[in-house]
Amino acid sequence: MAQLSYREAVSAAISQEMRLDDRVVFIGEDVAAAGGVFKTTEGLQAEFGPVRVRDTPIAEQAILGAAMGAAMTGLRPVAEIMFSDFFAVCWDIVVNQIAKTRFMSAGQCSFPLVIRSANGGGARFGAQHSQSVENWAMAVPGLKVVAPSSPADVKGLLAASIRDPDPVLFFEQKSLYGTKGEVPDGECVEPLGKAKVLREGSDVTIVGLAAMVPKALKAAEILQDKHGISATVIDVRSLVPLDTTTIFESVSATGRLVTVEENPRLCGWGAEVSSLVAEELFWDLEGPIVRVTTPHIPLPSADALEDAVLPSVDRIVENVVRLAD
Amino acid sequence: MMEQRAYDLFMQNLVKGTSHLALGQEAVAAGFGEAMRSDDYTFCTYRGHNHTLVRGASMTGILGELMGRECGLLNGKGGSMHLMSVEHGAMGSYAIIGAHMPIAAGAAWSAQYRESGQVAVCFFGDGTTNIGAFHESLNFAAVWSLPVVYVCENNLYMEYTPIGDVTAVKNPGADRASAYGLEPILIDGNDVDLVYATAQAAIAKARDGGGPSLLEVQTYRHGGHSRADPGKYRPDEEVKAWLARDPIPAYRKQLLAAGVSDSTLDTIDQEVSDRVDAAEATARSSSPPPLDIADTDLWADGTSTWRT
Repeated sequence: MAQLSYREAVSAAISQEMRLDDRVVFIGEDVAAAGGVFKTTEGLQAEFGPVRVRDTPIAEQAILGAAMGAAMTGLRPVAEIMFSDFFAVCWDIVVNQIAKTRFMSAGQCSFPLVIRSANGGGARFGAQHSQSVENWAMAVPGLKVVAPSSPADVKGLLAASIRDPDPVLFFEQKSLYGTKGEVPDGECVEPLGKAKVLREGSDVTIVGLAAMVPKALKAAEILQDKHGISATVIDVRSLVPLDTTTIFESVSATGRLVTVEENPRLCGWGAEVSSLVAEELFWDLEGPIVRVTTPHIPLPSADALEDAVLPSVDRIVENVVRLAD
Repeated sequence: MMEQRAYDLFMQNLVKGTSHLALGQEAVAAGFGEAMRSDDYTFCTYRGHNHTLVRGASMTGILGELMGRECGLLNGKGGSMHLMSVEHGAMGSYAIIGAHMPIAAGAAWSAQYRESGQVAVCFFGDGTTNIGAFHESLNFAAVWSLPVVYVCENNLYMEYTPIGDVTAVKNPGADRASAYGLEPILIDGNDVDLVYATAQAAIAKARDGGGPSLLEVQTYRHGGHSRADPGKYRPDEEVKAWLARDPIPAYRKQLLAAGVSDSTLDTIDQEVSDRVDAAEATARSSSPPPLDIADTDLWADGTSTWRT
């Protein structure tokens, strides 16, 4: 076991896969010589050279179009979109081209590619560099959607995403880049589509993603210590495929579900999870499903404002206590 | 002849939805098709029936796809605007303006990386030169020196609007080339021999590591933009003049002048006509796609499963 930061785990995963497979290449803006604006890919160009690790112009359609064209002709590209907000300028390539072409062509070709992006708030960057857009991706048939919460998952899930034969949008939560954790030594791959139960409890199931996971864990501690409420905490990890099995097992046992989502309220991923639980597990529920989300607003910049609107440990605790009452 | 037949099938309501015919623009696809190596890549637009056919895709598959039949190239899942035959290097017809330009660059990047010697040829219309992906792709292809040939088929109208009314330069492709350090190339796209020679040169340059080219080929579509458009916005004299320059009879004349006999050409015409008849008959007799394919092939495992 080594202690790695969430940031270091990114390059650990890419380098692991590049060593194993010559078809893996990596491109993006400022990612090669400079090592990425978040320093997530430092050292990759030094190890693998400028042909496999290549800087692009600021041209997101070109980056993702190139990744698509390369994927359909035998490579396994990893492309970086610096901030997930920038998906808005190349969403056509993602949604209309990458996601649809396999289906439209009746399976004539596959698109084994990964698009990594720094997602989410907490870094005081303001509304155009802070959005959580994983729910945009989840709404598109043909995209797999992964968002890790720990360094070990960054490495294992990114490696699995690179090996996956389908397009994966891999959302790294930028406020987690500095966090550290144990990462297994040697080859490390975690299967996609498996949620992870991080804490077992009997009264309520709290389901979170990415930066909301450490908050949910903290809230669970407080719930236990101060309120005597025993909470299960599940890290969804992958929105598509969605591990309804793990979530359903827990909700069946606890009878209560709280989702904790960083995305703005409307059509967040928790709404889909809630709807599935309501349709298929209604008679196991002992209370209403509760969604804790960012309000339906763009994120403000000032630290006081941003902290006030992102789901907080206190807000999770309050909502669970109210539900349990 | 296949395009004309597609039109006829529309009129019989056997082709649904929409379709964008390239009647009058045949010399471009024909010239390039001959100049390409069998493992080169074609990326084209919704006006891409000819570009797909010339790579060797089945005519039955094309007409079947237009008619939404099981025998279609894409089993009816793509339609007229999305013809694709990967086994023939026809890497897809893309219906969002400009989107395929960076994808073609990506295929060229892959060929460059694999040192396969393959070239990507990307066809698009004059209207595409005003969208952002055009600029992104050409700059990207130029700085990475990618083996891709971009072919702007300037048929004078973006859709219903004359391209000159909405474009800052006279020649939408050629006049932009210098912005990417490329040579401006402007040719008569109805002269199939000239198209072939120009294609050969650009493809050879790309294959030899000389980087991308941007070619503007001037041509004209005989019909409207799509099924819904009779093309009435075009002056009669203009249409008449271009009909007189129809590349197919023009090439026949040229071949006759070169000593090919009338009977030889008649035989070829008859053979093509028979092939179109046979393709149409097979497509007509093909069943609609089985309903159980509607939710297949989203993922590489053949399913569309999104949950456990």
